[in-house]
Amino acid sequence: MTGLADGSIYASLALALVLIYKATEVINFAQGEMAMFTTYIAYALYTHPHFGQTLGYWPMFFMTLVIAFVFGVGLQRVVIRPLEHASVLTVVMATIALLVILNGLAAWIWSPELKFFPSPFPTSTWVVGGVHISKQDTGTFLVTLGCVFVLWLFFRFTKLGLAMRAGAVNPGAARLLGVRTSWLLALGWGFAAVLGAVSGMMSAPAVFLSPSMMQAVLIFAFAGAILGGLESPVGAVAGGLGIGILLSMLGTYVHAVTPELRLPVALLILLVVLLVKPAGLFGRVVVRRV
Amino acid sequence: MRARLGYLGFAALVVGVIVTPFLSTHFRTYQFAFVGIYLTALLGLNILTGYTGQISLGHGAFMGMGAYVTTILVVDHGWNDLLTVPVAGVVAGAGGLAFGLPATRFAGPYLALATFAIPLSFIGVLKRFPHFTGGTLGKQLPSLHSELGLHTNPSVWMYWVSWIVALVMFVAAWLIVRGRFGRALRSVRDSEIAATASGVSTAGIKTLAFGISAFFCGIAGGLFAIAVTFVNPDTFPIDLSILLLVGIVLGGAGSLGGMVFGALFVEFIRITWGPTLLDLFSSVHHVNTRAAGSSLVVYGVVLLLVLFIAPAGAAGLARRIVTGRPAVPAWAKPGATPTEEQA
Repeated sequence: MTGLADGSIYASLALALVLIYKATEVINFAQGEMAMFTTYIAYALYTHPHFGQTLGYWPMFFMTLVIAFVFGVGLQRVVIRPLEHASVLTVVMATIALLVILNGLAAWIWSPELKFFPSPFPTSTWVVGGVHISKQDTGTFLVTLGCVFVLWLFFRFTKLGLAMRAGAVNPGAARLLGVRTSWLLALGWGFAAVLGAVSGMMSAPAVFLSPSMMQAVLIFAFAGAILGGLESPVGAVAGGLGIGILLSMLGTYVHAVTPELRLPVALLILLVVLLVKPAGLFGRVVVRRV
Repeated sequence: MRARLGYLGFAALVVGVIVTPFLSTHFRTYQFAFVGIYLTALLGLNILTGYTGQISLGHGAFMGMGAYVTTILVVDHGWNDLLTVPVAGVVAGAGGLAFGLPATRFAGPYLALATFAIPLSFIGVLKRFPHFTGGTLGKQLPSLHSELGLHTNPSVWMYWVSWIVALVMFVAAWLIVRGRFGRALRSVRDSEIAATASGVSTAGIKTLAFGISAFFCGIAGGLFAIAVTFVNPDTFPIDLSILLLVGIVLGGAGSLGGMVFGALFVEFIRITWGPTLLDLFSSVHHVNTRAAGSSLVVYGVVLLLVLFIAPAGAAGLARRIVTGRPAVPAWAKPGATPTEEQA
């Protein structure tokens, strides 16, 4: 169950990566740090005497999602949009700059020390047939995948979702049909930021809040996205879950894999997938005409 | 004309290198020794990022690999420290090739995120095998001393060692990027499709560029270990890899001479320029800028400003002053990495 809970966190961040990648062909390096930063905002809200302390966890949770959305849209408008006509490499560099700035800002504002972050779920367990099932892990799993499901509903059944998919598949044609693709990209950043905020708030109770807490999670999410195929949202979710379960099993049953080796193992999985099946499990093979 | 300017610039660099220790205190000379070390690392990373168009966020770890090779050979096997430096380069280079082989199957920005995992994994591996690497505590090298029967001040000794290596590597980098191989590198950067059509193996070229750049960083790392006389996992954090990349962009990706400025920036932003900027800022806004994280914010803002204002970096600005033409580096031109869908 721990594997599934971790996996669902990786899955939501992997989906955020795929969202931005599909829309703009850019990998957003700041994805993990955006998640971390919004989790700090959640922390600030929660510890605020008139807000979190009186209203409790869930209003803080949804408030943070709203702030994260505005934050994502704002970043796209201010930093990424002026580079619209620059090369992909320049945009990637800009997201690296964002990574550094957000990481530094978080340490600057809230200090780099580990902080305790609350979980909405009790630490007790259910016992089903002699097996302990953690309520916290179950809750994390349901909340994260719930958010992913809501997002899927949005893309599948709303007009705006259709427009966003159109903009991702063929920006030129979408623009001719009156879709404002530039704003849709900002919207995509907003959704990615919301997914990041969910994964940040769900992982913070376990790993504690710190400016570097999402760096490893980002790598696991990326490994998940590669495993599933970077082109495929379904693949990202499945890959993220798979990585979570795999790492948890390895940690339990293979004694040579200590916690320090989780990241190297993820890197190894990533490289092996690239060698054996570069398009990932769910991706389509891109044929390039030369 | 351009070639002659290049020779003139290199001659000026050599003269500057020879004169500097006579004009500086021992402390400054020691700092300038690090400029030489960073220059070696930046020259290597520039072959990958500036010439081949691949971003790497992992080259700090290749410096770390070189540093650990030097340390382990000197401390546990009693080698002479200068002899370990080429070995450090070869081991890091092999590591770079091994990583590049699968990873360079990625087009464009994919590679960058895979490289992000290198420094994070590297630290994990160091901590996992403490009997070999010294674990979290790290390892202590012998204190800095002159060799070859010379009796100079250790700082001055280190300065000469690091700059002689840096100048040799500068010439090596120049030889690498000027000829047929250099054209192949640039063709991968400018258009992978056109490169493939012209018979260039893009994956092979990228892998080689990755190995070469890791070799340069390994050499730099070996010297780094000798100079700081101490290594532990925190010596090579992810920040170092990012700082190297900032140095490349600031100096001017795709320019060898620009790397000198990039190296100066990498060394002095930490110690002198960064705090000065922050002091300036804190005197206006009354916030505590001595706190952790503030320097990272400065790197990030500098990187963003360079991207927005002078994408060709310091080298581009210099060229603009000399030739009177604005320079947009090839890697920053729109369409530098064409997408599959354009066909």
